Parts: sequence; structure tokens; C-alpha cells
Amino acid sequence: MSANKSNKSSTGRGLVNWIDSRLPVFSYMQKEYGEYPAPKNFNYWWNFGAILTFMLVLMIFTGIFLSMQYTPHVDFAFDSVERIMRDVNYGWLLRYLHANGATFFFIAVYIHIFRGLYYGSYKNPRELLWIFGVLILVLMMATAFMGYVLPWGQMSFWGATVITNLFSAIPLVGDSIVTWLWGGFAVENPTLNRFFSLHFLLPFVILGVVVLHVITLHVSGSNNPLGIDPKGPQDTLPFHPYYTAKDSFGLALWVTIFAAFVFFAPNFFGEPENYIKADPLQTPAQIVPEWYFLPYFAILRSIDFDIWFIDAKLGGVIAMFGSIILLFLVPWLDRSKVRSARFRPIYKWFFWILLLDCLLLGFVGGHPPSDHVFKGIEWLLFIDLGHIGTAWYFFHFLILLPLLGTVEKTKPLPTSITESVLNGDTSSSASAKSGGSM
Amino acid sequence: MKKINGLLNFLAIVSITFIMTVVLSDSANSAGKYKHPESQEWGFNGLFGKFDKSSIRRGLQVYLEVCSSCHGLDQVAYRNLKDIGLNIEEIKEIAEQFEVMDGPDNEGEMFAREARPSDKFVAPFANEKAARVSNNGAMPPDLSLITKSRHGGADYIYALLTGYKDEAPDGVEMGEGMNFNPYFVGQQIAMSQPLYEDSVEYPDGTKATVSQMSWDLVNFLHWTAEPEMEQRRSLGWKVVLFLLVLTGLLYAVKRQVWSKEH
Repeated sequence: MSANKSNKSSTGRGLVNWIDSRLPVFSYMQKEYGEYPAPKNFNYWWNFGAILTFMLVLMIFTGIFLSMQYTPHVDFAFDSVERIMRDVNYGWLLRYLHANGATFFFIAVYIHIFRGLYYGSYKNPRELLWIFGVLILVLMMATAFMGYVLPWGQMSFWGATVITNLFSAIPLVGDSIVTWLWGGFAVENPTLNRFFSLHFLLPFVILGVVVLHVITLHVSGSNNPLGIDPKGPQDTLPFHPYYTAKDSFGLALWVTIFAAFVFFAPNFFGEPENYIKADPLQTPAQIVPEWYFLPYFAILRSIDFDIWFIDAKLGGVIAMFGSIILLFLVPWLDRSKVRSARFRPIYKWFFWILLLDCLLLGFVGGHPPSDHVFKGIEWLLFIDLGHIGTAWYFFHFLILLPLLGTVEKTKPLPTSITESVLNGDTSSSASAKSGGSM
Repeated sequence: MKKINGLLNFLAIVSITFIMTVVLSDSANSAGKYKHPESQEWGFNGLFGKFDKSSIRRGLQVYLEVCSSCHGLDQVAYRNLKDIGLNIEEIKEIAEQFEVMDGPDNEGEMFAREARPSDKFVAPFANEKAARVSNNGAMPPDLSLITKSRHGGADYIYALLTGYKDEAPDGVEMGEGMNFNPYFVGQQIAMSQPLYEDSVEYPDGTKATVSQMSWDLVNFLHWTAEPEMEQRRSLGWKVVLFLLVLTGLLYAVKRQVWSKEH
């Protein structure tokens, strides 16, 4: 007790000081979330870090309480979920928060990723930051996929069957891998059990990678809409109170929209068929994954031809996983030294085309490949759109990005963030306004 | 003689299964051919919608007197009927009509007893096989979640119940024992028309037309699918209004904090 008297106090209070001198959590928080010098020109697209942190915590909390009532057994899983909906106090709220939480988690993460693509947030010195981010995306996808299996509805079961079967495309060992994944010779109780176990584990792995993501962020410092480095204290603001205030507002708005879906349209993003108990003898008319997997699903189905010795199935699997693995390489595929698309007149256009392309692929993924896109137009099938969308996706990353780095004539960069703000840079103030209205 | 009966039964089941497979694969081929249900003005529609309790109670009667002979309601307990305005005596009266297996008792024997309010609605068939063999090979689906588990929801169930046609239009080849219904995927449904004028007699004097009974039944089934709906919406309004005020306040805080910087 006498030791803390002699300690020099930065925060002043006794107990806080006593703990801090032994475990500097308070000075760490003060440094990383209080004083952290953030560029002063963030727009509202920079809110999604805070939003994603909130969503992860929400998913972990609702998930833990749901797991207290859920039974991971093929005979009881569906009924235990319905029991949560009907007999557990506010169980319906927990489950709808969790199910819609996944959707809003993915909306936020996709916005966050496209924000990074637009403003070049993956470039030197933030390559590792970006890689951890893509790793989080991959972990989220695995977690979401396994979570969707747990209610053991028709789409749970058949989705699990289709996706795990993809691994059988691997030459020689494919079938053995599938058997190993299933824990048997079909999607059965052992499969459900291990998916539950992993669905519980992976969010904590995500949490760990998020910590790495944030540490790397705080080492390199945040990017900003201009994509130029802060020149000194005049270009930055302390994270608190400036960005805690701005993030709180953005987060509250986000949660309001989220709550509107949870309470008034909780099944809007869901598939009705998943309210039918899984039946291994009855295949649904159409097996579709959750909406956030539709673009990848479209890429998977768009490779419907053999490439040399690679058959169509393996080709589709390679293309699908490749579309994600490609993201890891983006920092090296993009050769341009200029970060922000604001100063890249050609890349800016291709960014929006890529966004439209991903939306198109999502649209394609939701329809049977052999269906007509428009009634009465015989020659346009969904598979055709899938071919175009898939080809463009790979063209963008593998050819356009490296090429633009050398041929694109970029606009002159402002000398500093402050100068750009004071000169009333029209492009930055315009986009700050449009960001503010969302 | 017994052996031959068994053999005939076996053959019958095999042929029914065969026919069903053919019918099902046919319907899968013509999956695109069905009518979309018309939207109805349900009391539970919209952001302020409420359950129509008297309609739901009439729907319960339709379910008990007609549907329950083939369709289960696994997720709903008799005690839940309190939520639609039945008192405990009425609930007991309904439950007592059904028998459940219980036990083992102190002698180690299983025994049948009358259902209690705490029991789930008793299913009409002991298992899926029993259900199929009594229904021409088709499985009558459980109705607890029916409006939630079908595209088109309540509108679809209503359209299906009121959409039966006595005869299939020319050119439509019907499978054996199948019924024509334009709203069903493939337009052929194993369930024959369940509701006819005056299939039930309503104690409140409401005329039991096919559309009235279908209307009441769908109201009932929408309640069984989402019993939490009214609580969810009323809590939802409080939460969303609170969040809107909070968002407004936080925006003011943000403006205040940033006032020196802009």
C-alpha cells in the first residue's frame, strides 16, 4: 500500500495507479484509444471499425446465451431452436439478434473491405494489417457457414452437404477429406457436433486476429480519405473525444437500422425453407446459401467447363477459393504508389465496376444457372452472366490492378492533410457530406 | 394367406413410392409452373399489425375438426392457447380429447393417459411411416411453422386452401390420387381439398364459407408460427424510438465536440 504513494501518477487515482504500475492497461487504453493520433479528415466510411467491433461482441454474447439452450443433436437441434423461440424468456430476441447479427456483420465487413479498396488502405506500410483483415473475413465465413448448419433446417442440412462435398473435388484425397470432415459417410450427427464445437471456438480466434489487426493498425497509423501520411500533430486529432464521438453517432445509427430488421423483419434475409426440419431424403427445389455467400457461390458454379486436366468441379472450387485468396495478394497486385482513388482517375471507375460486378455475382448466385435472366430473352441465361462476372472479377485483380499501376496518370497529391482541408478541397468535402448522410 | 397379404402390401407400397417418385420428378421439371398467391389484407400485416384473436380461435376450431386428422402441430403446447384467450377449463377440455403415452409407472409399465395443458399438441400419426401409409405415400407436413416455411407465407397458405379446382385444365396430366391446385409448385398436390362449405359449425354464428374458414385457419397458423409477434413489435417500437433519440443526442455531441475543428 505504501508503494503506490511513491509512484508517480499520470492518472492520479490510487487504485487505478496501483494497478497501472503493475499492469499498464490504463495507460495502454489512454495511449491507444485516448491519445491515438488519428488523421483529422476521416469520413463516415471510417466508422465501420467501431461498428464491426460492436457486432463481434454482440455475436459472442448472444451466441453464448443461445448455446446454453441449444442441443447439438440431429434429433433435437431443430426443436431446441424452436424452444428458444417460444419458451425461453426473450429467446426469440436472442436468436433474431444472432441471426440478423450475422447479416449485419457481413454488410459491415464488406463495406469496410471496399472502403479499404477505394482508399488504398492495404498499401505500404499496411500490408500485414490488410492480411489480418482478409484472414478475419475467411474466419467469419467459416464461422457463419457452420452457424447456419446448427438450426438443422432443410437449408442447413443441404447447404452443409453441398459445401462439404466441394472438397471431394480435390484429386486423390478428396473423398477421404470429405469423410474426415463429416466424421462419417454422410452429413450426420458427428458433423453437427463438430460444427457446433468449431462455431463456438472460431469467434474467439477471430477476436484474437482482431487484436492483431488493431495492433498493426496502431503501429502504422490509420489511412485517411486522401491516402497521404499525416505530416505532424496539425494533421491529426486525438482519438478521444473526436472519433469516440463520431464513432458513437455512427454506431447508434447502425444499431437503429439493425434493430428495425430484428424487430420488424427478422426473417427478411432468411430462407423460408430453413424452418422445415432437415430431411436427408428430400432435396429442396433450390439449394441456396445465405446472401453473403452468393457471389462466391456464383463463381463456383460459373466454371462449368473443363480446363485442360482440371475438371469443371475442381475448377469451380479453385476459382471460388481463389477469389478469396486473391485478396491476400492485393497489396502486391496493385503497383500504384498513390493510395486514395481520389487521385486515381481510372482506378476510381474500375473500383465502382468491381463493386457492381460483385453485386451482379450475388444476383447470379441466387438463381439457377439455367434460368433466363429476363422473360422472353432466350439467349441470356444466368450462367452467361456468371461467366462474365467471374471473368471480370479475376481480370480486375490479376490484370487491371498491376497494369493500372504503370499506365495510369495520377492527379497531384496535396502536400498535407491540413492544407487540403483549409483549401476546401472540393472532392473531400463533397464525399464527407455524402458520407454524413448515410 | 397372410404371406400373400404381406406381399401385396409390399407391392402396393413399392408401386406407390414409384408413382410418387415419378410425380415428384415431374413436378420438379415443371417447377416454374404455378400461380403466385394474391396478397391479402391480414390484420397482422405491417408495422402495427395485431393478431385477430377471435379469428384465431375460429381457426383453432378448424384445425382441430379438420386438419388435425392428418397434420401435427409439434411445436405448440395446449397451454399456449391461453395466449389466444382460452381459459384453463377450455384448454383442459381440448387436451383431454387426446391420449399420450407416458411412463414408465412404478410397475415399469408404459401407460396411456389423457393429455394435459403442458403437453404439446398430440400428433395424428405415431411416426412418418404411419403418416405416409395412410396418405397415399405423401407426408402431411407439420403445421406449426407452415406460414414461415413457405415462400409467400400466409398469402400462399390462404391461396392454396381456396385455390382447389375440381378438374385439371386440358393438357395437364394428373398423377394418380393427385389433386389440381394452381398455387402448388407443379400444380399437383397430394392433399385433397380439405375445406368445404360448412365443414365446421362456428359457435359465434360466423358463416363457415371456404374462404372464411381458410382465413381463420391462416390467422391461427400465423400465430402458431410466430407467437412472439405482438411482443416483438411492441418492444421493437420502444427500442427503435429510444435508439433514434440516442442517435440524435450523439449527433449533437459529435457536433459539439467537433465545433472547434470545422
